Amino acid sequence: MFPTPIEKTSAPVRIIYKIALPVVLIGWLLPMLAILVTSVRGNADIIAGNYWGWPTEFKLIQNYSEVFNPARSPMLRYFINSVVITLPSVVMAVFFSAMAGYTLAIHRFRGRILLYAMFIAGNFVPFQILMIPVRTMFANLDLLDTLIALIIFHTSFQIGFATFFLRNFIADLPIALVESARIEGATEMGVFFRVIMPLIRPALASLGVLLFTFIWNDFFWALTLVQSDKARPITFGLQALRGQWSISWNLIAAGSVVAAIPSVIVFFVLQKQFIAGLTFGGVKE
Amino acid sequence: MKKSAEYRWLRLQFRLAPAYFLAPAMILFAIFVVWPILQSIWISFHEWSGFGEMTWVGLENYRVLFGDGDFQLSLANNVRWLVLMMLAPVGGLAIALFLNQNVRGIRFMKSLFFFPFVINLVVIGLIFSWFYNPDLGLLAELFTRLGLEPVPILATEKLATYGIIVAALWPQTAYCMILYLTGLTSMNSQVVEAGRIDGASGWSMLWNVVLPQLRGATFIAVVVTVIGALRSFDLIAIMTAGGPWGTSNVLAYLMYEEALFNFKMGYGASIAVILFLMMSVFIAFFLRTVVQNERG
Repeated sequence: MFPTPIEKTSAPVRIIYKIALPVVLIGWLLPMLAILVTSVRGNADIIAGNYWGWPTEFKLIQNYSEVFNPARSPMLRYFINSVVITLPSVVMAVFFSAMAGYTLAIHRFRGRILLYAMFIAGNFVPFQILMIPVRTMFANLDLLDTLIALIIFHTSFQIGFATFFLRNFIADLPIALVESARIEGATEMGVFFRVIMPLIRPALASLGVLLFTFIWNDFFWALTLVQSDKARPITFGLQALRGQWSISWNLIAAGSVVAAIPSVIVFFVLQKQFIAGLTFGGVKE
Repeated sequence: MKKSAEYRWLRLQFRLAPAYFLAPAMILFAIFVVWPILQSIWISFHEWSGFGEMTWVGLENYRVLFGDGDFQLSLANNVRWLVLMMLAPVGGLAIALFLNQNVRGIRFMKSLFFFPFVINLVVIGLIFSWFYNPDLGLLAELFTRLGLEPVPILATEKLATYGIIVAALWPQTAYCMILYLTGLTSMNSQVVEAGRIDGASGWSMLWNVVLPQLRGATFIAVVVTVIGALRSFDLIAIMTAGGPWGTSNVLAYLMYEEALFNFKMGYGASIAVILFLMMSVFIAFFLRTVVQNERG
């Protein structure tokens, strides 16, 4: 273990370390803490310019219900839009990629390395090189400014990363399981649904969590494919509301917390899967 | 007879498997990723407002591009991003080493440190804009307490880009930290002990014994950071919209402006192509490693 395990150091070092740990953590998370505290400030604090001191009053319920009140702000609508965009995109991208990943990992056919490389490369391209054609395509289909356009696009784009991810996972599975199922007369579809899918459940969870945050946090495609509130997800919505709330920093802060919270919950609940996904299964060399 | 029909069916579905397993993913990926790349390259040779006919202009867009002050400014900023974002792997490693201890509650601490990566960039952009705000930000408060005049970071030509990069470093460092933490956990402790017996400690231990074992983590951290740096768009859109006077612009945002605000689709496409070519270098580098691993 590196550096020297703390148990083996002298007492003063141990004490300093234990004090330093929370201090550094608070410094690191200061921006988050500031926004959490401000999201419960009352208007009096905002007017008095008390942005960084302790709040003089706590308006948790008032601020958050203001943010969620459909009569006062479209935030709830944005939130629902984000859910409606994110969930089906994640499910479809994961499913189609599992299929593609299976065949890329198991079947030997010509061009499989090339296809695999294409999925990886596609995942890294700058969004700008896709922007004009994708936008034009959706405009021609009369789908600009709809949730469907965002769902289709996110599904398609995330397939690159998702296929890369699942193919690697499936390639590490013992092939004997597949072969014995085949000998018993299973079709490839049968193998896929009855053998592969149950085995890759942990990978599907990791991937699903990652894709959830990627899609939930998207800003660029919302900005380029959406024009009105009816399809606007929460990231873009928050940016739009910033103008409307202008100096009500307590509301902007509350809105930010709301926009951030689903990813945060998903992360804390499925932390192990999330990190396994992010480190590409533990940083293999 | 029945037996052989079934056999033939099994053979057929086996031989066709790659086709039907790949079909949905391939079709979507081809339509929305591969084909648009080719189309963008094609559009970059034209003058086009987004409506009506395109006019072929050959390499004209590219010729104009290299003489365009905004383009040069954005390109220079992309380089600044690339260089400064490399602090993320370094910082990530430092925090990972700091946290790599067995004390009570360390797991929870680690996930709190990772927190910034999960938050979306719109929120991060808002938080940092607020931090830097010369009237009500924390930075202004600190400056005033020290008896200095608050500096409006995001409204100052020479500082805006750096202000945004600091905001970008926050989540990126968290990401690199988690990569290194995972790397450290799977590190061979015997090698470290052997190094210790040989008298390695501190920096020499880090450099000669620990870092070589973290090569995998470093590789991914650097690749992901480079790609992230070149992709930077959200924070710029939220914090400065490229301003003041284009001084915090980058290619990704410049392209968006030219295409959607100035209706110069061909010109915008040519900026996108340049950005794509820059990224291709890194993508190719990454692919080479992955494919080599594949071939053993």
